[in-house]
Amino acid sequence: MDIVLDSVSKIVNGETHINNISLKIDSSATNVILGHTLAGKTSLLRLMAGLDRPTSGRILLSGKDVTGLFVRKRSVAMVYQQFVNYPSITVYENIASPLKMIGLSKADIDQKVRKAAAILHIDNLLDRLPAELSGGQQQRTAIARALVKDSELLLLDEPLVNLDYKLREELQVELQDIFKERKAIVVYTTTEPSEALILGGNIVVMDEGRVLQTGATPYVYHHPATTRVAQVFSDPPINFLPGVVQKRFARLGKDIKIPMEGHLASVPDGKYIFGVRPNHLFLNNNNGNNAEIHVEVALAEINGAETFIHVNHGDFHLVVQEDGIHTRHIGAQITIYVNPCCFFVYNEAGQLLASPFPSE
Amino acid sequence: MMKGRKKTIALAIYFFLMFLPIYWMLNMSLRTNADILGALTIYPADPTFANYIKIFTDSSWYMGYVNSIIYVTINMLISLTVALPAAYAFSRYRFVGDTQVFFWLLTNRMAPAAVFALPFFQLYSTIGLMDTHIAVALAHCLFNVPLAVWILEGFMSGIPREIDETAFIDGYSLPRFFITIFIPLIRAGVGVTAFFCFMFSWVELLFARTLTITNAKPIQSVMTRTISATGMDWGLLAAAGVLTIVPGALVIWFVRNHMAKGFALGRV
Repeated sequence: MDIVLDSVSKIVNGETHINNISLKIDSSATNVILGHTLAGKTSLLRLMAGLDRPTSGRILLSGKDVTGLFVRKRSVAMVYQQFVNYPSITVYENIASPLKMIGLSKADIDQKVRKAAAILHIDNLLDRLPAELSGGQQQRTAIARALVKDSELLLLDEPLVNLDYKLREELQVELQDIFKERKAIVVYTTTEPSEALILGGNIVVMDEGRVLQTGATPYVYHHPATTRVAQVFSDPPINFLPGVVQKRFARLGKDIKIPMEGHLASVPDGKYIFGVRPNHLFLNNNNGNNAEIHVEVALAEINGAETFIHVNHGDFHLVVQEDGIHTRHIGAQITIYVNPCCFFVYNEAGQLLASPFPSE
Repeated sequence: MMKGRKKTIALAIYFFLMFLPIYWMLNMSLRTNADILGALTIYPADPTFANYIKIFTDSSWYMGYVNSIIYVTINMLISLTVALPAAYAFSRYRFVGDTQVFFWLLTNRMAPAAVFALPFFQLYSTIGLMDTHIAVALAHCLFNVPLAVWILEGFMSGIPREIDETAFIDGYSLPRFFITIFIPLIRAGVGVTAFFCFMFSWVELLFARTLTITNAKPIQSVMTRTISATGMDWGLLAAAGVLTIVPGALVIWFVRNHMAKGFALGRV
């Protein structure tokens, strides 16, 4: 089972939502579409579902051309970001409704509904109306309704984004198991790099209606092909510093000097952009090879059990992500540390030249 | 405390002024003509139901109510059947001229009914629709369908489009989704719309009078013909008036919780 998008574009009122995307997605693993808001993730999902018709291009589902085929005639299930249920009927009837449309017998419907409800832990809520449920339970109902029918395509459009943190973590774990059991093409969109990494599988990184990079999720995380992919696939955003390589040394930012060793050894002399994720900048010198960066603190932001420290290094803005609670006063002059073996190197056009991780 | 009392007094005065004519009519309907034309009395000293009995036993009277109820019901059914799909189209689809047509619908309500009375009269005479219930019901559609479309569109646009899409993904056909899922969601809107259609059609006099002669004569027409050689039959007229208020009051009671939303054309 696979879905193929063949040079698909979608233009609405002169605005390009999807810009000539060609893509092949199959059922071997969970497929995550990662991109910022307005990257075109939802538009792409709606085209796959058949809710919208592409302006140009073809869509093939398991080899069959389904471009322009009405959504009702397709084998699709979808979960929206908003909790969409039928408000006037009970949870049981909500989950049963796709099965009723196929015309299954009452006994079959009952068995399948109860199974799906049990998987999503809403089996004790079947007689309630959706409005009587919490947000998480409503979304579980919507997911159950999508799972209950054996569709070829299972689309989830940021299904967990409106849920609280705890519930989200719980469902992320549960969904992985559910997806493993399903013989369907699962497509899951998200704006969060961490969620993409949890779900694993394959990833499609999107930006401004285009596909930037595809591949196995961990591989793409380790080898973001362009500076833009690195930005999308890093939260807090990746730090970039321009630098010049000369005589086996690189000078970056204002006054950072690092030796070009290890994975950097193959980079010839010239001008480059050096990227390092915030979790590879440290407040303490934990390693003899670290380079020092002298900075001024702009903001210390405590986020749960970790701290984001925004600093200024000359005209360059950097973010340090450190476990634990750290207080730094705004305006303080501090030294942060970076291990040279954590740098991504991009050429001036933004193409990846060297990654700290081996390309297996 | 003081403020609360002032409010209560103001409201009491308001309701007193509003209910005074209605009370007076009720008062009159329970008295004989001789009594009404006699001295001023606050309440009927010797109440009689003779006026009501006359209305319920004389077919020329009670058929007026029956005729009115028949054409009002037909009109409500036609208006809703036509307006529900139309409102759905305006709410969910973009098509050439949609906003213009939507506005044009409302302009139908801007012309006074008298403008349309003559063409309707001539047209119905020619095609033999004069003096039928359907004639009045159709004529009232001219005003009620646009209003119904406007109110229903507001209610429908309050329902997220994703519900429609989910239904199509689940395999519902449009008619099945519309009847089993969508209409129950906007049932308050349907109720309010039916109420507005009822209200207009029930109180409208000009069309109802112009387009009927005897078979479909509405109660309002019957009421205007109580002047006889012996003079005005005040008591009978008051009793008919009281009975005319009753159906309206009943319908208002059923939709009272949704009225405000209806007046805002569903856009609350």
